[in-house]
Amino acid sequence: MSVAVEKNTTAEVVSIIEKSLARFPSQENRKEALAAFQKLTLPENKSEEYKQTPITRLLQRNFALDKPNAAAQSLDAKEFFIPGVEGNVIVIINGLFSVEHSVIVSPTDQVTISGLGKAVNDNHPVALAHLAKYTDVATDPFAAWNTAAWSDGVFIHVPNGKVVDKPVLVYHIHDARQGQVITAGRNLIVTGTNSEVTVIEKYDSLGSDNHFSTTITEAEVAENAGFNLYTIQNDAGNRYQWAGTNIHQERSSRVNTYTFTLAGKLVRNNLQLSLDGEGIESHMFGLYLVTNDTLADNHTVVDHRKANSFSNELYKGVMDGNSKGVFNGKIYVRPQAQKTNAFQANRNIIISDKAQVNTKPQLEIWADDVKCSHGCTTGQLDEEALFYLQARGIAKDTARAMMLYAFVGEILENVKIPELKAYLDKLVSERLHKNF
Amino acid sequence: MLSIKNLTAKIGDKQILNGINLDVKPGEVHAIMGPNGSGKSTLASVLAGREEYEVTGGEVDFLGKNLLELSPEDRAREGMFLAFQYPVEIPGVSTINFMKTAVNQILEYRGQQPLDAVSFLKVMKEKMKLVEIDQSLLNRSLNEGFSGGEKKRNEIFQMAMLEPKLAILDETDSGLDIDALKIVSNGVNKLRTKSNAVIVVTHYQRLLDYIVPDFVHVLYKGKIVKSGTKELALELEAKGYDWIKDEVAVA
Repeated sequence: MSVAVEKNTTAEVVSIIEKSLARFPSQENRKEALAAFQKLTLPENKSEEYKQTPITRLLQRNFALDKPNAAAQSLDAKEFFIPGVEGNVIVIINGLFSVEHSVIVSPTDQVTISGLGKAVNDNHPVALAHLAKYTDVATDPFAAWNTAAWSDGVFIHVPNGKVVDKPVLVYHIHDARQGQVITAGRNLIVTGTNSEVTVIEKYDSLGSDNHFSTTITEAEVAENAGFNLYTIQNDAGNRYQWAGTNIHQERSSRVNTYTFTLAGKLVRNNLQLSLDGEGIESHMFGLYLVTNDTLADNHTVVDHRKANSFSNELYKGVMDGNSKGVFNGKIYVRPQAQKTNAFQANRNIIISDKAQVNTKPQLEIWADDVKCSHGCTTGQLDEEALFYLQARGIAKDTARAMMLYAFVGEILENVKIPELKAYLDKLVSERLHKNF
Repeated sequence: MLSIKNLTAKIGDKQILNGINLDVKPGEVHAIMGPNGSGKSTLASVLAGREEYEVTGGEVDFLGKNLLELSPEDRAREGMFLAFQYPVEIPGVSTINFMKTAVNQILEYRGQQPLDAVSFLKVMKEKMKLVEIDQSLLNRSLNEGFSGGEKKRNEIFQMAMLEPKLAILDETDSGLDIDALKIVSNGVNKLRTKSNAVIVVTHYQRLLDYIVPDFVHVLYKGKIVKSGTKELALELEAKGYDWIKDEVAVA
């Protein structure tokens, strides 16, 4: 793509941002983010962070950026709900918090849950204190775009010492039945010391028009707090998606993230954990099980900023059809982060001739007394193992499903909510044609 | 039961089997011996249906069916069993789970009712005793972290579960100490009946002290060059294979 086209596309995005800025004139960080976006511009083909994922080209080709969003029609959000998982239900439709569809069941002394737009308008002190604090707009144009132009999302605040006993389910729905949709969604989760909360986010859509979302979820996880984040990306529509998750962890906090990418046109996840204290434990699990022409790109960063913390990352991919997988895992261990334990593994199985995976670990270690390891593998199903199962009387298709199911099982088994695990198990089993 | 006529096979451009003839009847134990590289394991692999090998000629009849036309799974369902020389490790798949699938797919093929979980466990417990294998091993990922002896015992456990009509043991004895060898052989002997047969592929005579063959065949350069009774195995043990090679060279 020529530089001129990129400039045009960038200019179109700038005008989208400027329109949304008109609605939020008082927020300085939006203006700064716009300036950052203009400086960065949309990524070029050769841009290091996006060279496997031609997101600018896809935007340019599939969207009329100057067109306003199609209006959302009335819809039944329940069809997207995860069966059996009870909790606080938040529905975001075309980037706006839907009061009509959302149901909050946790008591208000346990947790505050509201639209983020409302929290900011109401000058909620916690929201204002943390908003945009954990997102670096100077390095990624989509982070800048989202920070400048976000419309709404969910705000969750858990006071000190409170355990939110029901998860918060956030359903991001695009209604693309009447035309294209482009949204910038923003979530902010702030936990108090010794608190615990689980958030499950799921992306879906109606209609067949193309739709694009940038979403940023920022989480501040306070001292000795626990935060679990499940992300389910299984949009059957034409979703193009950039999702940034920026988690800041304080001393002795625990974070588990689970990212399931099962469908979509383009899914780019930027997951960043900043381990800014001692005694922290972080687990990052990812499964991308994709087919057709899905491009699933996971970029993760684990930043060990203090000593004596532990991180473990396991991402697995199964690529079918014309799909493409990208994994980039960065681990930083700062000079003062001695006695860090940081582990990373990315394992891929390609089951179609046309599918592909690019995987790249990037470890930058400045401390000298650490334990770090990483491993990437990409291969096909082991023919010898398939033959072994066949030689026992098992049909080849069953043998394949059995091996793939075992492969992804290592991720599924870590899901802590039984009903959610059963739901994901069902999705995965159907995809793998499990018949045993 | 098994009738092999003039079987030839190659892998890539390399011809390995050069005309094998062999008849196996119910109740019989056949030992196939031979020096390294003579084609013993290839014969076992071709019979089990391993895809890398290309059959270039000959016929194999198994219980009235053309074996060479059957998929590997259908060969197993018809009653053939290969105990692997190198049993594969499959992470995340336990022996119990995959055996349940195997047993039920075989029953379905034969038009029989699948076993429910309770019946399956009952059968499994009986067979476990037979080969002296512990259930904790069977709950683990298949062969992952198993010792050599445990892997081979697991093979015989699977054989016990599937009750094959013809079992081919491919170097089941290699790498086993004498205690493990006895357990494995005992298991095989307990599974023998008048109506099933065993082909033992081995490099060493030692196994044949425990699984006593009715016939011993010597494979060399892809052909059976000598057949005899169990005494032939003892002679090979005492004299090595060179005299066989010399005989072939003279002929």
